[in-house]
Amino acid sequence: MGTIKFSLIAIAIGALFMAFAHWFQVDYLFFACYTILQFIVLATAWNILGGYCGYVNFGSAAFFAMGAYSSVALHKFDPQSFELCFTDSTCMTFHFLDWAFPLPIPVLIVISGIVSGIAGFGMGYLTLRLRGSFFAIATLALAVVLQTLVVNWDFVGGSRGAYIIRPDNLEFAGIQINYIEYLFALMLLLTVIALNTARIIERSQLGFGFATIRDDELAAEACGVPTLRLKLIATTLSGAFMGMAGAPFPYYIGYLQPASAFGLEYAVNSIAMPMIGGTTSWIGPLVGAVLLGSAQQYATVTISSAVNLLIVGLMLVAFVIIAPNGLVGLVQDRLRRRRS
Amino acid sequence: MPVQARMEISWDLLLNAITAGLLLGGFYAAVTAGISISFGMLDIVNIAHPAFVILGSYLAYFININFGVDPIIVSILMLPFFYALGTLVYQVYYLSFERRGQESLRGLAFFFGLLFVTEVTLILVFGVDYRYVEAAYIGPSIHIGIVDLPLRMLVPCLVALALFSAIQLVITRTFTGRAIMAVSQDQLALQLMAVDPIRIKRIAFGLSIATAAVAGALLIIIQPVEPSVGREYIGRVFAICVLGGLGSMPGTLIAALLLGVVESITATFYGPSWAPAVAFGFLLLTLAFRPAGLLGR
Amino acid sequence: MTALLHVDNISKRFGGFVALDGIELEVTPGERLGLIGPNGSGKSTLVNCICGTLQNETGSVVFDGQAIDGLAAHERTHRGVARSFQLPRPFHSMSLADNLRIPLLYTVRAREGMLHAHSDLEGRCHELLDMVGLLKKAKQMPRDLTQVEMRKLELARAVAAEPKLLIADESMAGLSHSEIEDILALLVQLNERGITIILIEHIMSAVMSFSQRLAVLVSGKKIADGKPEDVVRDPEVVRAYLGQ
Repeated sequence: MGTIKFSLIAIAIGALFMAFAHWFQVDYLFFACYTILQFIVLATAWNILGGYCGYVNFGSAAFFAMGAYSSVALHKFDPQSFELCFTDSTCMTFHFLDWAFPLPIPVLIVISGIVSGIAGFGMGYLTLRLRGSFFAIATLALAVVLQTLVVNWDFVGGSRGAYIIRPDNLEFAGIQINYIEYLFALMLLLTVIALNTARIIERSQLGFGFATIRDDELAAEACGVPTLRLKLIATTLSGAFMGMAGAPFPYYIGYLQPASAFGLEYAVNSIAMPMIGGTTSWIGPLVGAVLLGSAQQYATVTISSAVNLLIVGLMLVAFVIIAPNGLVGLVQDRLRRRRS
Repeated sequence: MPVQARMEISWDLLLNAITAGLLLGGFYAAVTAGISISFGMLDIVNIAHPAFVILGSYLAYFININFGVDPIIVSILMLPFFYALGTLVYQVYYLSFERRGQESLRGLAFFFGLLFVTEVTLILVFGVDYRYVEAAYIGPSIHIGIVDLPLRMLVPCLVALALFSAIQLVITRTFTGRAIMAVSQDQLALQLMAVDPIRIKRIAFGLSIATAAVAGALLIIIQPVEPSVGREYIGRVFAICVLGGLGSMPGTLIAALLLGVVESITATFYGPSWAPAVAFGFLLLTLAFRPAGLLGR
Repeated sequence: MTALLHVDNISKRFGGFVALDGIELEVTPGERLGLIGPNGSGKSTLVNCICGTLQNETGSVVFDGQAIDGLAAHERTHRGVARSFQLPRPFHSMSLADNLRIPLLYTVRAREGMLHAHSDLEGRCHELLDMVGLLKKAKQMPRDLTQVEMRKLELARAVAAEPKLLIADESMAGLSHSEIEDILALLVQLNERGITIILIEHIMSAVMSFSQRLAVLVSGKKIADGKPEDVVRDPEVVRAYLGQ
């Protein structure tokens, strides 16, 4: 199935859903599904580095939070009052940017993607020359360092957090669009782009190269695969998408706090969803995110959020031991057996 | 304030910060000893190790509060149970991952899952409030000149150093210990000597988790504990292990003391909210520039 | 004739252990060089330093007239150095044909800068598999192969990169007599096509029949280098490796 056909089908499904929810005025559906879409992006992004290349990133929360905090920082940035002073008397003002601020969310998403992408590249450059296990530990370290920096940065609210007032509506070409639906639509678009990127990579020479890194990096190098370059591409893409997923988050949630932005549930979910769904294909993270995400939404409401996280953790351990190729792997095995 | 007076106050603070850092570093060495074995020698990235430490803390707390037993005694009584737990975890790890050659991705995810499950279970059972133990030496301090030595830090430090030395002795003097060192260097040669490397690794891993029992008890003496405290220690422990040179016990001790002192000085002069970043920052820098550690292998 | 490979006084240590101590070696284009020595003598370390998996600390590795120290392994492969691994390392998630496609995509195509049509690649993969007798298993996975077949795949993959120099690292260990003959015949065939070959082996009969020149490594030092029949009679070689 070509990229265009796939995208159209995905958008059509999303649009149908939106129409349904809009018609019946069920705001909660938008909220819940926004979260699921967010997880699809995070899981897909994680999988580009983790599933395709075999490098585990424990710091998904860091990239996600970078995106969220970029939004917060830019939201609070007031070009009318901000001055950058080099000495006591020479200061630079930014009035020329008045017309652009406050920045629309799509622009924020792009900027977050760039910021997180650069961070992914930087971190990769520092640590990817080492073994996979060192890289994994380094990602944990990055998450904590970043969280400490944010907690101590008063401009974005520090540990007290930051409020972002979400407008009720967005005016576009004379029509009033409900803001939640607007955010949902943006996230839907982002999800389609992320899934498409994963699909395209998978079928391309790049994806092939990723697979050799996962299978045997030493042999890959001996075959002429520029492993470091490919790994950097993977970390940059992965980080960028995670950041983009985080950019609309402050608007969605209204109040952003380091503890929630850097929360462990992002790290666990972005690992559990692809591993339970299946890491070798783009479908895995999608399946994992939809199933696990829905289950968690349900569990959080009916039981408690702590129990729900416990279940995710147990499922991760169970799947990793019993079904290493995830649900997609189980299905593929079933099909292969039926064929022979 | 005149510069002179400021300098004097700083001296006092500095000395105390360094002392506290050294005491803390001794404790860190005990926490890291387990990782030195599992990661440094067995090449198993057990990021769930701090979770076992916290588990030890909570068990020490539970028995201390309900039966009044000294936490350190509790931890010594728990050693065989933690050892058994360690061997069990290793067995699962070996059967599921090491044997299939998939330790990198799946093994990491496995331990991450364990870390997570342990933390959330503790939250469900004990809640997120800070817990602390009661013992005779929590409270009083020894004063040497301008330097304070709080007993609640001195006693754990001494016990930690004792534990650390014990492990070093086991590794270098006993047959099993030397087999553990051998298995990290040349598994095939060990097999040729009719020693089952899997059994040795299982013993080693059990040992590493057993240390967590003691480390946990010491932790809750030094500071109040709540379930997510373990996560701060992940970076510390791996930073120390890498900085000290994988598998080198003396290196681990030096790195631990160094990290303790730097953290302590940072917390004293720049505020405790910066302390977590120190260990992790160290780790990133070490990984980026000197992955073989200070004493490099 | 200028040497294709010139290992110029390279050394490598691991901590306190000296793996290579001032190794000096030259290989002329089209030559068949045999490299022997006891286990732990540094043969694999030497191969790793030539191929870029490890970096030598002193001295220089000069390939085709250019120093290649500091270059990553994949860059050396691009320049024409290929190796097979002692313990075969296939890409286990791909079929045999796909295993061969990797060096074709990442080395041959990168080198020539030309875009081969998809069918060209397919044809070349089959050609290579046929060369080692694995054409029928093109769609199978490496885990379904026998030891010999994996060794052959390993060699085929190295050859797929169209190297000027091929280093065969103990490709024959544990094989039967006829299997060894197979691999030897293959190597001779490759050499006749112009590929310079360094054969690292313990199986003396194979080494003797194959090599035009023989070098001996013991404890990180080269102790002999010359015609095979002379080297095997060198008393030092006999003492250190061959035995009485």
